[in-house]
Amino acid sequence: MKKGNWLEYQKEIADDRYYYVRSCIRQNFFPGSEAAFLDIMRNVLGKDVCDDPNHTSCTGIGYHSDIVPVETTMTVVARQFAMMTAAGYENLAPSCITSFGLYQEILDMWHHFPDMEAKAREMLYKATGREFDKPKNVAHASDIIFHHREEIARQAKYRLVDAVTGKSLRGVEHIGCHYAKVFPDKGVGGAEFPYVLAGMIESWGGTVVDYPERRHCCGFGFRNYLVMANRGYSIANSKKKFESMAPFKPDFILTNCPGCPMFLDRWQYAISEMEGVTYGEKGGIPVLTYEELAGLVLGRDPWKLGLQMHQVPVEPLLDKLGVDYDPGAKYLGKDGKYIGKPADTMLSNCYCSPM
Amino acid sequence: MGKYYERLKEDVRFIEALNSCMNCGVCTAVCPAAEFYNYDPRQIVSTVQTRNEEAIESLLKSETIWYCGECMSCKPRCPRGNTPGGVIQALRTLSQKEGFFIESEKGRQQLAVKRTIGENILNTGYCIIPKTVAPDMHPEQGAVWEWIWEHDQDIFECFTENYRQAGAGAMRRINEDCLDEVRRIFDVTGGTAFFEQIERQSEEAARQMGMDSHSDQYIGELFTANNGEHFRE
Ligand code: SF4
Ligand code: SF4
Repeated sequence: MKKGNWLEYQKEIADDRYYYVRSCIRQNFFPGSEAAFLDIMRNVLGKDVCDDPNHTSCTGIGYHSDIVPVETTMTVVARQFAMMTAAGYENLAPSCITSFGLYQEILDMWHHFPDMEAKAREMLYKATGREFDKPKNVAHASDIIFHHREEIARQAKYRLVDAVTGKSLRGVEHIGCHYAKVFPDKGVGGAEFPYVLAGMIESWGGTVVDYPERRHCCGFGFRNYLVMANRGYSIANSKKKFESMAPFKPDFILTNCPGCPMFLDRWQYAISEMEGVTYGEKGGIPVLTYEELAGLVLGRDPWKLGLQMHQVPVEPLLDKLGVDYDPGAKYLGKDGKYIGKPADTMLSNCYCSPM
Repeated sequence: MGKYYERLKEDVRFIEALNSCMNCGVCTAVCPAAEFYNYDPRQIVSTVQTRNEEAIESLLKSETIWYCGECMSCKPRCPRGNTPGGVIQALRTLSQKEGFFIESEKGRQQLAVKRTIGENILNTGYCIIPKTVAPDMHPEQGAVWEWIWEHDQDIFECFTENYRQAGAGAMRRINEDCLDEVRRIFDVTGGTAFFEQIERQSEEAARQMGMDSHSDQYIGELFTANNGEHFRE
């Protein structure tokens, strides 16, 4: 693999004034990541990001499990564009990779079939009285963090190096399938050499480790996870990835799709319960979202980033980074309220930091 | 003549997804579903390409069209610019419009997806909400999720001011006016009619199995039934 090949696939990423579109899955499982994105954009980078309460799901999970017709989905997407237009923004910044792929798919479809765009406009107007401009720029939130990665590096409190040995930490990345497989020219580095996450790891002092199944799907598979009887598909795909990456002894897994970190986190737990197999050195390989990693290097409190919501313990990574954190505050609620803590499991999140 | 093939061509995704297949098998080689299930996207694309109506009808009634995970890993790899996952989307849509999805175990699961994801979209504006990821249906979510699920209000308020409240932020309550707009979009664009079709056909499927499509028994069956014949040896 030639390291420079990703340079052939560059994409335009707007510099400021983003209309943020939240992700159903990321909000459910990683609400701290979306909060961290807004915090970093506004308070670290000084950018204008609109967090509009009036947008909704794009219907993407329903669309890709084939219960929502394309005409419906494209009109809901048209409504998102209408909300962006009404708020006075032109740069769409989706938090979700399924949504990001879907926005690209619909814009491409309208380009090839202008009558579909006309139909979407007509149906949206009929249903809501709304009109819209298409976005000038569509960049996934990970593209935006990638775009500003050097400024984040300049303001970083920690670098991705082992605080004791000074060695660069080893990260493996997993890119959401719909980031660049649907439209390779819409992703930084395309489908073969995606650089969006690798670029962050490198800029922040880490080393990106290649592994054979790097491009393999995490196994969400929409209906394949949603329906219990089909979940064997999902765990089998994640397992294939763990077995491929584990020999390279990664310190962490970095992801940009909302679903992937949840599956890569939970399936490590399920495999440990089902087969007694744990990947990584101490209780699993920590899986991070790019917002969490950016927040950590910027010195944010891990529990404010939501790292206590992971099943695989993150403390081994925090300890390697030399992050200053309070182990006793991990499971406390707002203002230090005691709200119990998770039960112990084989792959337990109740990891005790070596003192 | 040409009934099903012509109907597939009414779906713009099908027009975009199928140029001409040379049966090279690259899509099958890269496909995560083909590794796990008795599934071969090459064969599906090849069958559709023959325009053989009988063969297409059997596909519409088959288990095999329901195995794809729509990851689209096949799209950048096909040397002919086809998207087998897109052909699958068109086949699944037609299978439901024709009522053929109830003839397969995996197809019948569409009602389970409609009852969960579909109703979430209309009722809340989200595909999923924390309370619907119940630990008994999601044992793989683990002890941490169970703790979150039980203390959702306390945990979410660490990250947002507006959990299940009006205003901006993660898992906010989306206001009724916005939800009404989404519901009207479903009405105007055929989304509501599509849901009704899934319900209507599923009533028939449940009846044939001696059950009621609104009973817990039938929904439980949809979520868990596995005839054991889906997997690769
Ligand atoms: S990769 Fe393309 S040409 Fe080859 S079998 Fe699949 S659909 Fe046909
Ligand atoms: S979209 Fe479907 S057919 Fe294509 S690679 Fe993914 S699972 Fe296989």
